[in-house]
Amino acid sequence: MTTERKRTYIWEVPVRLTHWINFFALIAFSVTGLYIGGPYIHPYSEQSYTMGWMRFFHLLAGYVFLMSIITRIYWAFAGNRYANWRVFLPITRKQREDLEGATKYYLFMSKKPPYAAGHTMCAGIAYFVLFLLFLFQIFSGFALLSYGSPGFFHLILGGWLNSLMGIQAIRFWHHMVMYFIWVIALIHIYLATWLDSVEGNGLMGSIFGGYKFITGKEWE
Amino acid sequence: MGEAKSGSIYDSLRKKGVSRRDFMKFCSLMAATLALPVGGAARIAEALEKKQKPTLVWLEFQDCCGNTESFLRANDPTVAQIVLDILSVDYHETIMAPAGKQAEKSLSDVVKNQKGKYLVVVEGAIPLKDGGVYCTIGGRTAHDIAKEVCGNAMATIAIGACAWDGGIPAAAPNPTGAVGVKDAVKGITLINLPGCPANVVNLTGTVVHFLTFGSLPLTDSMGRPLFAYGRRIHDACERRAHYDAGRFVQAWGDDGHKKGWCLYQMGCKGPETFKNCPAQKWNQGTSWPVQAGHGCIGCAAPHFWDTMTPFYKRLENVPGFGVEANVDKFGAGLAAATAAGLVVHRILRASKKEKSSEEEK
Repeated sequence: MTTERKRTYIWEVPVRLTHWINFFALIAFSVTGLYIGGPYIHPYSEQSYTMGWMRFFHLLAGYVFLMSIITRIYWAFAGNRYANWRVFLPITRKQREDLEGATKYYLFMSKKPPYAAGHTMCAGIAYFVLFLLFLFQIFSGFALLSYGSPGFFHLILGGWLNSLMGIQAIRFWHHMVMYFIWVIALIHIYLATWLDSVEGNGLMGSIFGGYKFITGKEWE
Repeated sequence: MGEAKSGSIYDSLRKKGVSRRDFMKFCSLMAATLALPVGGAARIAEALEKKQKPTLVWLEFQDCCGNTESFLRANDPTVAQIVLDILSVDYHETIMAPAGKQAEKSLSDVVKNQKGKYLVVVEGAIPLKDGGVYCTIGGRTAHDIAKEVCGNAMATIAIGACAWDGGIPAAAPNPTGAVGVKDAVKGITLINLPGCPANVVNLTGTVVHFLTFGSLPLTDSMGRPLFAYGRRIHDACERRAHYDAGRFVQAWGDDGHKKGWCLYQMGCKGPETFKNCPAQKWNQGTSWPVQAGHGCIGCAAPHFWDTMTPFYKRLENVPGFGVEANVDKFGAGLAAATAAGLVVHRILRASKKEKSSEEEK
């Protein structure tokens, strides 16, 4: 393509920072959480403290993740237009048209790539769902933790969930939602690399550097 | 500490040959069970030296008699004597001498003559469906009896899982509409001692607390006394160190099982259950399930028959996907299906692109 491209600052520091914190947290959560749910290594040394360390890093990742999510919620109100909470919900007519366009493109029903400067509307909705899953993981995680450490702090962060769901149901869904997050993550990476290659706007690089090279086709 | 008042609990124990030493041992046991501060045993002793035996009636509804068995098997001779002596059991279907009309009379006499002064223990669930016809005694429904007897009592103790929240009779699909006392009879002074069965020491402790302080012990949000249900089994478990170290039993009878490692992977529900089993134990403090090498089944947890099963697995199965569909198989399958779907999508993409570039030409 020979169209002139404009270097535009899309993803501000808090957006990129929370993205990568979440990335590493989710890996830590999965590795340690799978062990906590069903221990897959069995050390036999007298000095081992395997479950203790797994739980430690799971909880540590939990607190870091909690801070990351709080930061991102704040930035949904304080950040630029691409980080704003409105991009996650199809509020305007323009957004609903974009949703239709992107969905059609992904299903091979249209040949016009979405060309979004920020998130496509499909991505926005997916991240909204992902955000709800994150919130559930935080609340259910602290609900499980509150069993061993009852107190006001854990009560407000998730202990209240114990009065709505049985503990085994919380455990079950806390485990199951991990797989739902995996599914969204897989699709996310696939679509991001695809759009990057089609649109050539530096999408994959933008999550590191923050800039995209947009052509003017993007919805504003 | 003065002499025992004639007619007091201590007086009747002494007449039966319980020594002062054994009596004080019992008071210390109760003080420890109730987690009372220093001086607790003395206060209990003082109360039992003065107080008269409270009348107690024991109602059995939809039950298996398991709590009665647990109650009668307080096999420390002193505790057993004291339990049966502290309580003047005027009506108990399993152990009372009278039958038929006479038995009914002893119950109605208590309700009539000692209104507001007697204790009642309820064992078993109360069915409410179809007017409560699924459990009747002497032509009256369990619900009817419970309303009258518990409604006129000083306090009600719901013993066992069934009397607490319906327990096994209330397990899905709950054909008789069984509920616990808390849902069947509202507005009464009630304390719950769930468990399948409940521990007799906790029952005795609750009664002793009532006699000593004139009130029922502090309870949690589910109406269970904190002294017995305030700590999680997992946090007081003697195998907890193995859990933290990552030493788990992986199959019944394997090396770890023989060495007494943690039963977490065998479906132990200790991490989900609040009860004082690890401290109190059973059969005169001999052992308890985890010590004996079997995981906790969470019998003191709410609706345990529905929520804590399968007993030998950590998590319930995914409904609608066969018997062995656990959450990991389902989730990994879901992730694999997604990955496969994306691969198919990529192949389609490649073929479409070829087509479109052909079109361009």
